Amino acid sequence: MKVAERFDVTKIRQDFPILNRKVNGKPLVYFDNAATSQTPQQVIDCIVDYYQNYNANIHRGVHALSQEATDAYEKARQIIQQHFNAKESKEIILTAGTTHSINLVANGFEKFLQKGDEILVSGLEHHSNIVPWQMLCEKTGALLKVLPMSETGTLNMSQFEVMLNPNTKLVMVNHVSNALGTINPIQEIIKKAHDFGAKVLVDGAQSAPHLKADVQALDVDFYTCSAHKICGPTGIGMLYGKRELLEALPPYQGGGEMIDQVSFEKTTYAGLPNKFEAGTPNICGGIAFGRAINYMNEIGFENIQAYEHELLLYATKRLEEFDNIIIYGTSPEQKTAVISFNFEGLHPYDVGTLVDKMGIAVRTGHHCAQPIMEFFKIPGTIRASFSFYNTKEEIDLMIDALKKANSMLL
Amino acid sequence: MSNIQQIQEDIVDEFALFDDWMQRYEYMIELGKSLPLIDDKYKTDDYIIKGCQSKVWVHADMKEDKVVFTADSDAIITKGIIAILIRVFSNQRPKDIIEANTDFIDEIGLKEHLSPTRANGLVSMIKQLKMYALGYENKQPQN
Ligand SMILES: Cc1ncc(COP(=O)(O)O)c(C=O)c1O
Repeated sequence: MKVAERFDVTKIRQDFPILNRKVNGKPLVYFDNAATSQTPQQVIDCIVDYYQNYNANIHRGVHALSQEATDAYEKARQIIQQHFNAKESKEIILTAGTTHSINLVANGFEKFLQKGDEILVSGLEHHSNIVPWQMLCEKTGALLKVLPMSETGTLNMSQFEVMLNPNTKLVMVNHVSNALGTINPIQEIIKKAHDFGAKVLVDGAQSAPHLKADVQALDVDFYTCSAHKICGPTGIGMLYGKRELLEALPPYQGGGEMIDQVSFEKTTYAGLPNKFEAGTPNICGGIAFGRAINYMNEIGFENIQAYEHELLLYATKRLEEFDNIIIYGTSPEQKTAVISFNFEGLHPYDVGTLVDKMGIAVRTGHHCAQPIMEFFKIPGTIRASFSFYNTKEEIDLMIDALKKANSMLL
Repeated sequence: MSNIQQIQEDIVDEFALFDDWMQRYEYMIELGKSLPLIDDKYKTDDYIIKGCQSKVWVHADMKEDKVVFTADSDAIITKGIIAILIRVFSNQRPKDIIEANTDFIDEIGLKEHLSPTRANGLVSMIKQLKMYALGYENKQPQN
């Protein structure tokens, strides 16, 4: 894949006011994009426009503002639906984010699980795709099984086939690992799981920023992501679910918006998507989420992928200049623009602390994936995660900072 | 003026000699490297201060009327910070430890290590030192 001629990173950077700021007196180099992405002016303007011009509660009032806000919110749902190619917009539930989505599904499945059932979770998961399932197992007596990963940070697919059986009810895997960047073979996982009648939830928190998933082509049962990792605001995300599954799941929270009729004798629930959107939602967030997706598409996911891959290759090459470097995970060909690494003999926290003083924002620690750190027997890693608004010059600045940190610490 | 306060002022004076953050950190790294801080038998989960990023172990002993702390960490900068804290708080009377304020940390430019997101917990470390002191203080016969 080639980066299109019209992809102009200098121009793109002008969309992101935060990239002009200084940290500790140095220009900010923001390489913590896997934790949260920065927000372009277009999305900031959309948020301001909402509060300045049509802030109102939705789905309730007949007045003009409420209509406008409702239209914009539902338009955003359509943008999200089209982006992920869901069949219908009611299959898109707006949630507070990936964590919320996963809990919603886990909560709903309590009704369908019993002792002896099995839930399969990949060994590459973020805590938010582990803990809700452990809680579900405690409630239902179902068994949590872990699909192991290998030394290269990829899932052991032959083991997967061995583990699947008619008791497997659910399979949980992230599309892309947040700790290592591994792109998992979800198409294959979904197909094999379906052969045993198991439903599959794909955590798309780390894939959504880099690649476009087609939920129908994947035939995935549930797919979720968070807006704040794709240039949108925090506190909003989406859950895609196949209509018949979402209809079968019980509501997660009770309240306004999610009802059809309420009496003290019996309440009937609203249809999709409202059944899962109790209370006043994050209206502005939803609208801005839609704007963020449009922004990303204006740049183009092919351009984003091709350019980020160039950054990944360049950064990998530069990091390999250190003879004490240890890079965790798979080759650049099988991952998104994430590098998880350590220096032999150095604690990631020390390195992270020093490079922060030099204006470089990388993440250090276990990245909410302690089982992966346990696997490698390390306290954590340094993770540099790149976005389409980063540059090779910034990578050079990181390398210089890492060199300095090495010389101070060794 | 309590002994603790005097030590803190000494540290502030020492750090005032440094021109920039790099010299400060180099000094802390040096402190971190030079100190064997804790007996290995205390480097267990019983003595660990729960934190996110680097591990910290703290052990306390009462010698006569004073608390003696030893501590360690797997990260060198954290170890440097511990060395400074030990210098301030070890070999002090429980009451003085409990009452001591820790403003000097801000003054020597290590404020960022007090932020709650540095889950390695300079904050929880200080709290733990004070908890130990409190424990000893409550055990002492009151007169
Ligand atoms: C793979 C993965 N899953 C889930 C989450 C949780 O997302 P959120 O905190 O937005 O709910 C993250 C965020 O770090 C993630 O990287």
